[in-house]
Amino acid sequence: MKWLSQNVETVLSLTIAHLGLALPAIVLSLLIAVPIGRLAHGLRWLRNPTIAFVGVLYAIPSLPLFILIPSIFGTGLRSSATAIIVLTVYGVAILVRSAADAFAAVADSTLTSATAVGYSRWRIFWAVELPLAVPVLIAGLRVVAVSTVSLVTVASLVGISSLGTLFTDGFQRGIIAEVVAGLVVTVAIAVALDLLLAGLGRVLTPWTRHRREAAV
Amino acid sequence: MKLNLLTPVAIGVVLSLGLAACATGDSLAGGGASEGSTIVVGSQDYYSNEIIAEIYAQALEAEGYAIERDFRIGQREVYVAEIEAGSVDLFPEYTGPLLQYWEADTPARLEGEVYDALVEAAPSGLTVLDQSSASDQDAYVVTREFSEKYGVTTLDDLANVTVPLTVGGNSEGENRPNGPQGLKDTYGVNVGFTPIEDGGGPLTLKALKDGDIQLAIIYTADPAIGSNDLIALEDTKGLFLASHVVPIASDKIDDKAAEIINAVSAALTPEGLVALNAQSVTDQSPAATIADQWLAENPLN
Amino acid sequence: MSLWQETLAWFVASDTWSGPGSVPQRLLEHLAITAGVLGLAAAIALPIGIFIGHRRTGGGIVVVLAGAARAIPTLGLLTILGLALGIGLGAPIIALVILAIPPILAGAYSGIAATDVVTVDAARAVGLSESQIVRSVELPLALPVILGGVRSATLQVVATATLAAYTADAGLGRYIFTGLKSRDYGELIGGSLIVIVLAVCLDSIFGLIARRTTRSSLPKKSHTKRNQ
Repeated sequence: MKWLSQNVETVLSLTIAHLGLALPAIVLSLLIAVPIGRLAHGLRWLRNPTIAFVGVLYAIPSLPLFILIPSIFGTGLRSSATAIIVLTVYGVAILVRSAADAFAAVADSTLTSATAVGYSRWRIFWAVELPLAVPVLIAGLRVVAVSTVSLVTVASLVGISSLGTLFTDGFQRGIIAEVVAGLVVTVAIAVALDLLLAGLGRVLTPWTRHRREAAV
Repeated sequence: MKLNLLTPVAIGVVLSLGLAACATGDSLAGGGASEGSTIVVGSQDYYSNEIIAEIYAQALEAEGYAIERDFRIGQREVYVAEIEAGSVDLFPEYTGPLLQYWEADTPARLEGEVYDALVEAAPSGLTVLDQSSASDQDAYVVTREFSEKYGVTTLDDLANVTVPLTVGGNSEGENRPNGPQGLKDTYGVNVGFTPIEDGGGPLTLKALKDGDIQLAIIYTADPAIGSNDLIALEDTKGLFLASHVVPIASDKIDDKAAEIINAVSAALTPEGLVALNAQSVTDQSPAATIADQWLAENPLN
Repeated sequence: MSLWQETLAWFVASDTWSGPGSVPQRLLEHLAITAGVLGLAAAIALPIGIFIGHRRTGGGIVVVLAGAARAIPTLGLLTILGLALGIGLGAPIIALVILAIPPILAGAYSGIAATDVVTVDAARAVGLSESQIVRSVELPLALPVILGGVRSATLQVVATATLAAYTADAGLGRYIFTGLKSRDYGELIGGSLIVIVLAVCLDSIFGLIARRTTRSSLPKKSHTKRNQ
């Protein structure tokens, strides 16, 4: 506790830096993966190659990406933009499959009914497909949120501030309390986001609530 | 239903992208040349270096300068590029290794000649301020038992050791001029290399004591040497250059700031540096607290 | 030299392929670490997963564990274990096993639990013992899902085993760390490319196995019923 009592400010500022990297990455992953997933579902021939491709993305070791992204996108070597892009790559890799499955879960009969009633393609997507896809999407998003928060820590190996800095610093100085503090806070943030998203899922799908109440 | 779904999502998106914009805005500003009159103080990914950088930062802040801290950038291969590009204005370095980085085959070895050569080798736009008496040198360290068993007190003596030797240290040490290749060329000693990524920290220490490695690259200002009864082998043939703490400054450091930093360097002693490190490792205090205390005990005026 | 030229230069250099720290050596080390970790994780997770799957209880705990494993930063876990155990493969292997257990556990549990209760009851009625049911009814039916769990664990371990190089002189991660720290980006990217190729190969092998076991686990279907 000696370490923690002296370093509360550091932990707090690193937490903010950590969130500043994780949250934008999660949102960007969602914004990119949903259209790709929808396309992959819509064009049958695209589905398997897309899922295979994102599977490979997930296998890319993260450290080299921190060097490759700057040279491809022109962002700074240790900038937040680089970290956010790296995290988004992994987020998209996880979420595209969920997105494709989410849209596949929407019953065909529902879609044909919507067309019969006179909805345009665009309106079907926003008013029918997307809301119905929300449950599976949220499940995928929860996985993305948790693994993104965990992955941010690797950024400290390339000099980008995050809770992972507590790991490298604690490693050098041999202060286990520091490393444990970093672990606990990271896991706590991940769990908090997970619960938040689960709650959001319930808010966004009121019809499932009625179903649950009716079943009781 | 459309509105119900879109509104919270849209708000969330806007908030997060706003957060991203703030985050990237700051870093992009830091990534290029530093703005206005804010001085960017940087440090290595090494806790001891961070303490010295923090002392510089606080000393300047006390005199009214606006300071931005960019600590734990990485190893020399990474941060020197940033210093040379102008994104860092003030950085605590070590004379010997930095000189070798800029001029790999320099013949300078002793304190004075290394400093002079460094001043000459510095690229334009960068100034080498006064060096401190405090030194923090790479050294090959052995346990007392090993030293007594094989009669080894200098690097020359290593030639007499009959068991195979392995050195443990950070990855980048493997290819540096005073790494295993340097030992071979200067002392004719063949050593293996085990990478340990903790900067001469607890794992390196443990490996040394457990006998997994016989030699460790530990920095001379590390309090672990004293508290674990380790012996830094004497470098009789000058494999390592003299290595004193020296601030590297960009043109943004005006004369008044340079004076302050030089006063810091003058006040920092070798024993003082070891004591600072001990506070970090043993008392587990953060760099800011240690720097604050040091400045209180060593008023610069 | 551009990054790609540097990488190419590293690939054609002779000491990349022979001598200490050569690609064949690192590749073998990496495969050995992966295999060892998966073996240990499967030895622990499969029996437990099959057991609680058969009993069809404890599903909630499995979900929580799987989530918890994803939430723990590997680097942090590895650092703590490293500080406790020192250098060598002990710390990375324990950390990787801890992270590989949940996907295998989840796969085993959900595969077994998803087998049709009616079929299992029928087997029980015919007189099969519990262990016979598991062995000859549930396992064959659950095999695709169980293998799916092992497959995702494998992909994860292969990619994360690069972190073993943080405390041990082993595995393809050595290229990544040394390349990163000495700014030899050719080595960094070259090493990573090898990891990616390895992961893709292993994943394809699993894909092939998946196709064979899926066919054998499905009941024979009549093709005329497809359009309904």
